[in-house]
Amino acid sequence: MSSPLMELINVSKSFGSTHALKNVSMAVQPGKILCLLGDNGAGKSTLIKILSGYHGPTSGTLRFEGADTSFSGPREARQKGVATVHQDVGSIPLMSVGRNFFLGAEPTTGNWPFKRIDTSKANEIAVEQMERFGITRVKDGNQLVGTMSGGERQVLAIGRAMYFGAKMLILDEPTSALGVKEAAFVLKMMRIARENGAGIVFITHNARHAMAVGDSFCVLIQGEVAAQFDRGEKTREEVLNLMAGGEDMAALEEDLEQVD
Amino acid sequence: MRSFLHRPETGAAAAFLLTYLFFAIFTADAGFVSVNGTAGWLNLASELGIIAIPIGLLMISGEFDLSIGSTVGAASMIVAIGTNQFGMPIWPMIFIALIAGMIIGLCNGLAVVKTNLPSFIVTLATNFIVIGATMGFSRLIANVTSGSIIVSDSSKFVFAARWGQANISIAWWILAALLGFWVLSRTVFGNWIYATGGNLQAARGAGVPVERVKIILFIATGFAAAFVGVLQGIQWNSGNSTYGMGYVFQAPIVVVIGGILLTGGYGSVLGVVIGTALFGVISTGIFYTGWNTDWIQLFLGALLGAAVLANNYVRRLALTSR
Repeated sequence: MSSPLMELINVSKSFGSTHALKNVSMAVQPGKILCLLGDNGAGKSTLIKILSGYHGPTSGTLRFEGADTSFSGPREARQKGVATVHQDVGSIPLMSVGRNFFLGAEPTTGNWPFKRIDTSKANEIAVEQMERFGITRVKDGNQLVGTMSGGERQVLAIGRAMYFGAKMLILDEPTSALGVKEAAFVLKMMRIARENGAGIVFITHNARHAMAVGDSFCVLIQGEVAAQFDRGEKTREEVLNLMAGGEDMAALEEDLEQVD
Repeated sequence: MRSFLHRPETGAAAAFLLTYLFFAIFTADAGFVSVNGTAGWLNLASELGIIAIPIGLLMISGEFDLSIGSTVGAASMIVAIGTNQFGMPIWPMIFIALIAGMIIGLCNGLAVVKTNLPSFIVTLATNFIVIGATMGFSRLIANVTSGSIIVSDSSKFVFAARWGQANISIAWWILAALLGFWVLSRTVFGNWIYATGGNLQAARGAGVPVERVKIILFIATGFAAAFVGVLQGIQWNSGNSTYGMGYVFQAPIVVVIGGILLTGGYGSVLGVVIGTALFGVISTGIFYTGWNTDWIQLFLGALLGAAVLANNYVRRLALTSR
């Protein structure tokens, strides 16, 4: 087994007297998808913030590429190759695909005062990168991002992170706001990113999506790791039950039926 | 055709054509389309236009600047008091006035960025502070709130040369428009302006220094306002604290008519130029009809209302897939 990209060892995080995370240990492997499952309020977002450098842990150790690390902020994490793609994706709808793709790292041509964005290069690369991840509908880099579907925007954001050398992708609920087809599309592209060697943390509360792509799984309940297992070790029902806090999902469903 | 409709300036261009044709036909004998008539509305548009271009960029980045009005007056008074009261040569005073405008812009920018208050309120306050300070200090130093400017030939040429009826301000406007167009649509900084107004968090996340973008644009509006103050002062050989008060709302009005979204993130310099030209045509066209000039306000108000509605529509169009 290759050495982990990022490792958390007994990480806890408290805000005042609230313990958001308690003794969480987990490892992100390169070329693998780690699914982080949990209900709302289970501590997923706090964990994301620690992984992406927004927060430091209150106690415990964070290791990145084998060395103890404490990120000074999200910028440092990003520079080291940890890219976070949030649910709302962070694209700018009224700007073109090419301009969005290269925002903050625009390719330029010419010398001052005639230095300008190399629009054709930006558009070309953006479209090329989207194609690599299976988007063929976007052919013109001048197309506004607002005209693309939610799934396509996710792909743009993930493709962008990969292009700029991300080793580790933190995907925060990338499929939750999407329809079935779109979600399948994003899941497919996560597989492509994995083949390219990225270590992926896939945060979701959709067990089906997690089971479709995950290599290993980590279930959080009230800030603690309730279960950790690899692909094929548990059935979907078992995972669902775990996420529901150990309560039997089937029993909950029966309750619901009685309401009708 | 569709991509033409998608452009932010389409609505303004259509309105401009209609209005221009209306006046051209309606006042056919009065000389509205003559060289002098054209110079008339271009003169009027150009001074507003020099300010409206940086205001347009600022509004694309999601901020307002209402302090431009008093900055125009302040700049003209700095030159007036300097040349008249202290006997300074005019060029250093022009330089000082332009720097003062930039400092006002810097203060606006810092205040908006540090407090996170709406720039609408912050710069409204600055507008009153600056005009109050201009009047107060002018009265303290010279016991007037307006005063004559002692000009030199070179300054007269740069800021107030005339060819027939056409003022040199038209050339400055064209220059400002070309510069604005270049910056907004071709440079990296222009990309950051769109991004800052389009999605502040996303822009910040992508490493765009959004605060610096805003502060630089506030400095640019302050500079442009001071430039117009100097220009008007030298043109009329006098400074006045109340110069430019009309621009406080005229500038954002022509910017919005030009297709820039009030919420930021979308628009073009060409749109601002057309919006300003439309303002010039309406304001001078009315004279040629012989109607009471009170109607100008009504026209502008109706146009602004129509423009805001049209902008929303264009924005929706732009976001539908082709």
